[in-house]
Amino acid sequence: MQIPVEGFMYPNEVELQWSILIVLYPFITGLVAGAFILASLERVFRVEAVKPTYRLALLTALSFLLVAPLPLQLHLGHPERSLEMYLTPHRSSAMAMFGFVYLWYLMAVLLLEIWLDYRRDIVEKSQSSTGVARLVYRMLTLGSINLSERSLRIDERLGYFITVIGIPSAFLLHGYVGFIFGSIKANPWWSSPLMPIVFIFSAMVSGIAAVMLLYMFSTRLRGREIDMRCLDKIAQYLFYIFVIDFSLEMLDLIQRIYEADESFRSLDFMVHTRLWVSQVVVQILLGTVLPIALLGVMQIVTVSDAFRKRIYVLAGCLTVMGIFAMRWNVVIGGQLFSKSFLGYTSYKMAFATREGLLTAIALLILPFIFLLVLVKLLPPWPDAGSVPASGATPAHGTS
Amino acid sequence: MDITRRRLLMLLPAAAVAWRYVQAGTPEAAPNYKLTEHWWGMLIDIPKCIGCGSCVRACAEENDVPEGYFRTWIERYHVADWKIERPDVESPNGGAQGFPPNEIDGKNFFVPKLCNHCVDSPCTQVCPVGATFVTPDGVVLVDKTYCLGCRYCVQACPYGCRFINPKTSTAEKCSLCYHRITKGLTTACCEVCPTGARQLADLKNPKDPIHEFLRTHTVQVLKPHMATGAKVFYNGMDGSVR
Repeated sequence: MQIPVEGFMYPNEVELQWSILIVLYPFITGLVAGAFILASLERVFRVEAVKPTYRLALLTALSFLLVAPLPLQLHLGHPERSLEMYLTPHRSSAMAMFGFVYLWYLMAVLLLEIWLDYRRDIVEKSQSSTGVARLVYRMLTLGSINLSERSLRIDERLGYFITVIGIPSAFLLHGYVGFIFGSIKANPWWSSPLMPIVFIFSAMVSGIAAVMLLYMFSTRLRGREIDMRCLDKIAQYLFYIFVIDFSLEMLDLIQRIYEADESFRSLDFMVHTRLWVSQVVVQILLGTVLPIALLGVMQIVTVSDAFRKRIYVLAGCLTVMGIFAMRWNVVIGGQLFSKSFLGYTSYKMAFATREGLLTAIALLILPFIFLLVLVKLLPPWPDAGSVPASGATPAHGTS
Repeated sequence: MDITRRRLLMLLPAAAVAWRYVQAGTPEAAPNYKLTEHWWGMLIDIPKCIGCGSCVRACAEENDVPEGYFRTWIERYHVADWKIERPDVESPNGGAQGFPPNEIDGKNFFVPKLCNHCVDSPCTQVCPVGATFVTPDGVVLVDKTYCLGCRYCVQACPYGCRFINPKTSTAEKCSLCYHRITKGLTTACCEVCPTGARQLADLKNPKDPIHEFLRTHTVQVLKPHMATGAKVFYNGMDGSVR
């Protein structure tokens, strides 16, 4: 397949090395980190209003975290050798630490926190359910069936402690992803000390927006009334963090424009041509400025609940789309120009290949399937606390 | 078990296959070569390069380089007057077949490129499993039996010297013909260069003419601001080269 090239590329640069799967990797880990931060708002910072989303946020983080290594695995030339990263890690490599950061976050933070939070429910279900479900829940208790007051208090304290550790861990997980790109001095599009920080804030933005949407969607699906106090609070936090994220990105942009180093002319041309739609239109205008404006207006004007909900859905969808575009522009954009700064190549996305669009779509659907299973297994919403929507049939059972 | 003639004949092909595997995993013998006595680099004398492409072809043949990828290539620069920041550069098929006549006025010259075998190589730094490494004699190599094919090294190389070999799905680059230089030969590209524009240099050998050359000429490395400790030295390099 002939790849269209403009100007001069070093001959080995014409073919892009990192495909849409590597776009998914920071996108998915970002959702994980963001969802966890939202959960920690309630647990650590005692933002009681967002309590209805606490468990949902944790399960969302876990669902996406389980999928996070798959795009990397599929992209490797030799996936069968990936375990070597654990066995013989090269300590100077930013990428070598992925496995350890991932395992730490999965095993020491998320799974432990979810288990501690759900332990009471799991034990009760292991006693009340029958058949296969009973067996599954009994396994999930890990033999710890003590529900005494003291035992539950320990769960609570330990859970709090893990969340406290979890916040820097979430920052580490996604900051680390940013560092993978930001530390490549050969690539001026990536090389920036701001990259990990921008990645952390954009992760929070995307994760909070995703959980907000999932909360609204799942509540509606269950025929319950959305807790507007909770929704307003989430939207408020989303707005604040989004403003910080946008400021950081603009700071980076202004610095680049003002410095105008040797790479600037080349990168500027790329933004005005190949990345115009994905960066300026989708990421900045539709995916950042518009949702910030919508969320900002909602902070100062009083409108009906129904209207606010619609605005939040719109802002949430635009936000997630904008952050995806940001990942795209970082990963793909960083490979479209020559390191000679004299030319540009193109990305031709394959369709039904190992690194094609179809695989990417499947990988984006997979976390929702995991989430569905997790929600069935460990219902995240206390039924007593939510009010059935007027005129709607309450969902039966606990889920 | 008694070895009958029939059994021996049956065992021989299997033994031959097994022996091939043993050989494949064994480094080529270089009994008189002492790693610690060498420190390899290369000298490129730009005014001498005529852009014939012999080096590119020899490299491809010697190292079984897949079509469309290059362990070494040649770029032709055209610099119009004072515009050294915006040169016109081309490298059709890596310059393997030479270059069409260039009738444009201005400064024209050829720049052969290859891995710079950097002392502080960014590609080695980022490899998650250490499959790419610097040998004690200063050559950056890739262990293709260990490489994951993650492509991080390709991204990290400032010079565009690396690619993924579609046959092995592993990273590949110039090995400075390590299989030749450890036997006292020069690299394939240096061997065939008709003008001596490329010269293998042993920086640890005090008798190597490179030392005299470096003392008496104005020599540069590519992208010195990258601070990679590049060991491919360019004589007569124009400021427009990147």
